[in-house]
Amino acid sequence: MDRHLVTISTLCFLAAIVRTLVELRAGMFRPARFNFFAIAAGFLLQTAFLSLRGHALERCPLTNLFEVLVFFAWSVALIYMLIGPTYRLSLMGAFTAPVIFLIQTLALIAPIDIRHIQKLPANSWLEFHASMSMIAYGAFALACIAGIMYLLQERQLKTHQLHSIFYHLPPLDTLYAAITRLLWWGFALYTLGLVSGFFVGHPLPHVQVICAFGVWILYAAILQGKHLRRLAPKRVAALCIIGFSAALTLLWGITFTAQMHSPP
Amino acid sequence: MNLFCVGLSHHTANVETRELFAGHSGTDCVLRDSGCSEALVLSTCNRVEVYAASSTRVPTEAVARCLARGPEKEVIRDASAFYRYEGSECAQHLFRVAAGIDSMVVGETEILGQAKRAYESARTSGAAGRFLHRLFQRAFRVAKQVRTHTEITRGSVSVGSVAVDLAQKIFGDLTGRKVLVIGAGETSERTARALVARGVTDLRVSNRSAERAEELVRSVGGQAIPFQLWTEQCGEVDILITSTSSDTPLLTPQLLEPVLRERIDRPLFVIDIAVPRDVDPHVNDFDGVYLYDIDSLQSVAEQSLALRRQQIMAAEEIIAAHVADFRDTLDRSFSRGSQGAEHSSLGEPRLRAS
Repeated sequence: MDRHLVTISTLCFLAAIVRTLVELRAGMFRPARFNFFAIAAGFLLQTAFLSLRGHALERCPLTNLFEVLVFFAWSVALIYMLIGPTYRLSLMGAFTAPVIFLIQTLALIAPIDIRHIQKLPANSWLEFHASMSMIAYGAFALACIAGIMYLLQERQLKTHQLHSIFYHLPPLDTLYAAITRLLWWGFALYTLGLVSGFFVGHPLPHVQVICAFGVWILYAAILQGKHLRRLAPKRVAALCIIGFSAALTLLWGITFTAQMHSPP
Repeated sequence: MNLFCVGLSHHTANVETRELFAGHSGTDCVLRDSGCSEALVLSTCNRVEVYAASSTRVPTEAVARCLARGPEKEVIRDASAFYRYEGSECAQHLFRVAAGIDSMVVGETEILGQAKRAYESARTSGAAGRFLHRLFQRAFRVAKQVRTHTEITRGSVSVGSVAVDLAQKIFGDLTGRKVLVIGAGETSERTARALVARGVTDLRVSNRSAERAEELVRSVGGQAIPFQLWTEQCGEVDILITSTSSDTPLLTPQLLEPVLRERIDRPLFVIDIAVPRDVDPHVNDFDGVYLYDIDSLQSVAEQSLALRRQQIMAAEEIIAAHVADFRDTLDRSFSRGSQGAEHSSLGEPRLRAS
């Protein structure tokens, strides 16, 4: 029953995508409120799903890959809602909807919503660790989106080929500021998640820990390189995409292996 | 009542012909000599048009004579350049004109202001009555709608404004940005003025002739920099405008490379409007450097114009809907007008300029 909420929420994100595509195709995209309200509606439905599922499980709903993906999509929407007007009132917001739509469509189509017969015991540290990490992934996802937009805009300015989308993308400086903000948010939350992982009460698989540290070191290196002025903004934008791809692979690996080894 | 438009524009007449009819108001003549009950003259550098309402047909030549400044012989010869639109075609033409579709630079907005001023002038003098009032109020609405719902005004189409637009796409807000102008020529002065108008406060001018640099600083603001010291400024400034008459490039990759190492996280926008060019094109290969020469600025302006032209169809759809609606309104109005003597409700409507 609660899956219907995810389905309707996915349709909200689809509506935002369709509207953006129609307007871009006609060459007259207007940063309208429609996208924001469509994403906000999708976000509320995601929240309702997570709340219902959480009450049913009596713990944070991160017990299978389906829940992990919906939680991840919710985190992306949450960061989008929090990031401020720069994101919402421009094409930046329109880039977010497809990402969430893809994640949720994958979650709905794949047979991954496997319910555990026995209730998994609640572990507040583990839930805190998982939820902080997921929200950090949301921030990294948006940093990746901003990075793609930065590279798109930068490419057009470099080659002097300005397409219709050029006029809708924010200035390079604004995008870079957004990337910086999202990197710091993501890094802080990820660090919290990583540290709280040591308090879950049982040892985590070594491979997971090593990979998680690998992602943490990668983002730390990006921020350090940026801070010390060793990295040009273009490189930072590209690294945001690489970093998120690595983080996503790790997330998939963790949840997949966890599901493989969890009791039915 | 017959609503019509007679005129000529850059589409039908060259500038010599347009000169014969432009520059003076023939409204009184049109009203007095040709028997129109309402008339309005829209005269700009690219068009001279009369919008009028009359109960009988007024010949195009009669209107042309009223607008003529030269001898009548020439007027009659050049009257072939005039076009004429009646009824809903007249409305469609005005809507296209007001929306900037009929302009030489598609999407320019100056024409709307000129149309508003022409209407206001005719309204004040009593030359424009209820038919022209309805026509022009609707045209202003259409123009606004076209501007809001299409991208016909998107992008800049002149070199100076393209440079400023690009600067804003790189830096966002230009307040607090540092600009160095090397070579105080006319184009660089215009670009510098445009940047100052958009919030730039730190302007530095360097010129071989210190007097000319001082002169520009006095008129635009900022500070003059001795020409031999301009390279030292490259590390600090965000925007560099060059327009010297140097035969060899002033700014080369070798000169810029060490400077860029110190400003890796700050973009540099270089506008080279000199011919021959002042900046080696390889400078654009550096990360964070955006070099635009006169050709690339012109190319961006043309791309903007092409984008605007793509929007014409969308604008035409909006206009077509308004024309159909206006035709119905006009028909109802004319049918009521024929009973005007019996219906006091057809008194002069309150006119207002939007």
